[in-house]
Amino acid sequence: MESYSETAVEARRISKIFPGETEVRALDDVSVSIHRNEFFTLLGPSGCGKTTLLRVIAGFEPPTMGALFLAGTDISRLPPNQRPVNTVFQNYALFPHMSVANNIAFGLEMLGKPKDEVRKTVDDMLRLVRMEALSARRTSEISGGQQQRVALARALAPHPEVLLLDEPLSALDLKLRKEMQIELKRLQNETGITFIFVTHDQEEALTMSDRVAVMNAGKILQIGSPQEIYQRPAERFVANFIGESNFLDATLSGHTATLKAGGAHEVDPPEGVSDGTVSVLVRPEHASVRVGEPKTNEMAATVETVVYSGEATTLHLRLGTGEALKARLPNSPGGGALPGQGTAASVSIAPGAVTVLKD
Amino acid sequence: MAEVSAMSEPTAGALEREAERDDNRTRWLLSLPAMIIIVLAAAGPLLVMVVYSFLTPGDYGNVKWEFSTQAWVNTILQRDIFDDTLMWADAHLSIFWRSLSLSLITTVMAFAFGLPTAWFIATQPPGKREFWLFLVTVPFWSNLLVRTIAIQELIRAEGVINNLLLLLGIIDEPLQMMFTNFAIAFGMTYVYLPLMVLPIYAAVDKLDFRLVEAANDLYASRWRTFWRVILPLIKPGIIAGSILVFIPSLGAYVTPRVLGGGKNLMFGNLIELQFGQGRNWPLGAALSLMLMAAVMVSLIWYVRVTSRERSNV
Ligand SMILES: Nc1ncnc2c1ncn2[C@@H]1O[C@H](COP(=O)(O)OP(=O)(O)OP(=O)(O)O)[C@@H](O)[C@H]1O
Ligand SMILES: [Mg+2]
Repeated sequence: MESYSETAVEARRISKIFPGETEVRALDDVSVSIHRNEFFTLLGPSGCGKTTLLRVIAGFEPPTMGALFLAGTDISRLPPNQRPVNTVFQNYALFPHMSVANNIAFGLEMLGKPKDEVRKTVDDMLRLVRMEALSARRTSEISGGQQQRVALARALAPHPEVLLLDEPLSALDLKLRKEMQIELKRLQNETGITFIFVTHDQEEALTMSDRVAVMNAGKILQIGSPQEIYQRPAERFVANFIGESNFLDATLSGHTATLKAGGAHEVDPPEGVSDGTVSVLVRPEHASVRVGEPKTNEMAATVETVVYSGEATTLHLRLGTGEALKARLPNSPGGGALPGQGTAASVSIAPGAVTVLKD
Repeated sequence: MAEVSAMSEPTAGALEREAERDDNRTRWLLSLPAMIIIVLAAAGPLLVMVVYSFLTPGDYGNVKWEFSTQAWVNTILQRDIFDDTLMWADAHLSIFWRSLSLSLITTVMAFAFGLPTAWFIATQPPGKREFWLFLVTVPFWSNLLVRTIAIQELIRAEGVINNLLLLLGIIDEPLQMMFTNFAIAFGMTYVYLPLMVLPIYAAVDKLDFRLVEAANDLYASRWRTFWRVILPLIKPGIIAGSILVFIPSLGAYVTPRVLGGGKNLMFGNLIELQFGQGRNWPLGAALSLMLMAAVMVSLIWYVRVTSRERSNV
């Protein structure tokens, strides 16, 4: 376990209940500890509680239960203006009555920094987000992407310990989005600030994060590196939410899973899964297909559909058990022979590619 | 028309011009009722006032059709009864001053009470706002005189406030509140408060509270958030409310009459006096026009300020 000096933010068993006619449990016993200088991403479907968790960390929502620690200190009852945490809001929330430069200077002025230091930091920030030319503009007179960069600069200027980013890229078009992803990563490296990033775009989460927490219905289902989350999802929901998945029935016995459709595979089952009937995950790119009769550890299948998509071809197969399986095969330069529609084929699964799921 | 077009085939341009002319004619016809109302209800009476202000007062009210600038001179100057020298009309000047200062005080007080009220209403859950707005506007539905007399009941010597203070032992004898400048300002604040509350409410309602959160996030205390973010954003509403309170206060007539007694006259009472006991209609007309000019000046200032705001935001 990491020591306190390495932990930036720690949430201990936080629940948030919004009272009302129908009570909403927006956060349900959430515990997470986020390291310093980490790019930590909260990933989950709409309404799963990502924004609520950020708002609890920023101090806008007091948790109903649980405690929040910043560098080892309990800050659960501290108002937002006393937390060394800044937010890039989903809608940017730039002050419309101030110029770009004044927006960026706001936090520094509120901290009572001397005038020349404010000016210098604002200049640095303008340069960092490449907005020098537009510093005197009103924030209503700049484009969405520019507003996003100003929001970023405004939140970074006071050099907070933790920066919260609530889907900051969701309003941008694809090209700008890709650019900003790289820019954000660069900023995080240059400033050494802990980033807590919210998105419901799984690709964005995988490419940018040091660690990802997958949330659903107010709970954190799994925390891990992008590789762990993708390759060893603990639950069906996580597997389904990230990447494409095949779910197959199998029988578990110790470290061996025998697929119903045929073949025994060595597995490393997660804690709390006992021997018997289980569900396993196979990623489409980990299955390979050839024409011919199945050998040992292969499964017989019929090709139902062939979908060509540039760098790969996806075969939609029907196994002997009636289960569906997608196999994603990279296209070779010569356009190698693939089984055509309606043909009988054999499917093999790469070693270590079978993951046992908790449910 | 048919003949004309038969003789010379009209070009597209000519047709267009003709359509435009037709268009203009309909537009003119449609705006005719509005024009008539404007002329009859606004421009007409105003013209009468201008003309009257340059005539000579009749012996029993009304006017004599003799040109004179005396009324205008008399608005701020008066002739000494004994040696005929012109001096400042102190009585008028003190009334102007009282009108101006009481109107300003009323505006400030209406703001002091109106802002928290508007804020309170705008931050209620949407379903409950209508109820509070309704309460704020209820006094408007009753007669101004009735409301003013209600105020009188509150502040007179044996009124509610004095009785309460006596009962609580805070004072030993009733406070003299009736017939003071305080009474007038208090009454006008009460009467015109809704005019301050409604525009500020509209501004607060439009305020994006996420900006308030953003300010808090950036280390601004509540107080600083108010000064640096909230106040600048609701300023147009505050200015509108101030104008709406200030203008009728300046010309108020009923409230100073009832609550100020005969002693503390305001502009409106002075005008009334000229058309009544004073029997000096030209002076009354000149004073009215002066008041109107004052109102115009503050309105122009308002338009200037808000249009500058708008081009800024
Ligand atoms: N102020 C509130 N009052 C009542 N319910 C709320 C409030 N704020 C959020 N909720 C509810 O809490 C749940 C979580 O909301 P939250 O905004 O955290 O979701 P999210 O994960 O950020 O979703 P999205 O991706 O759509 O932004 C939702 O069911 C939402 O309706
Ligand atoms: Mg959200």
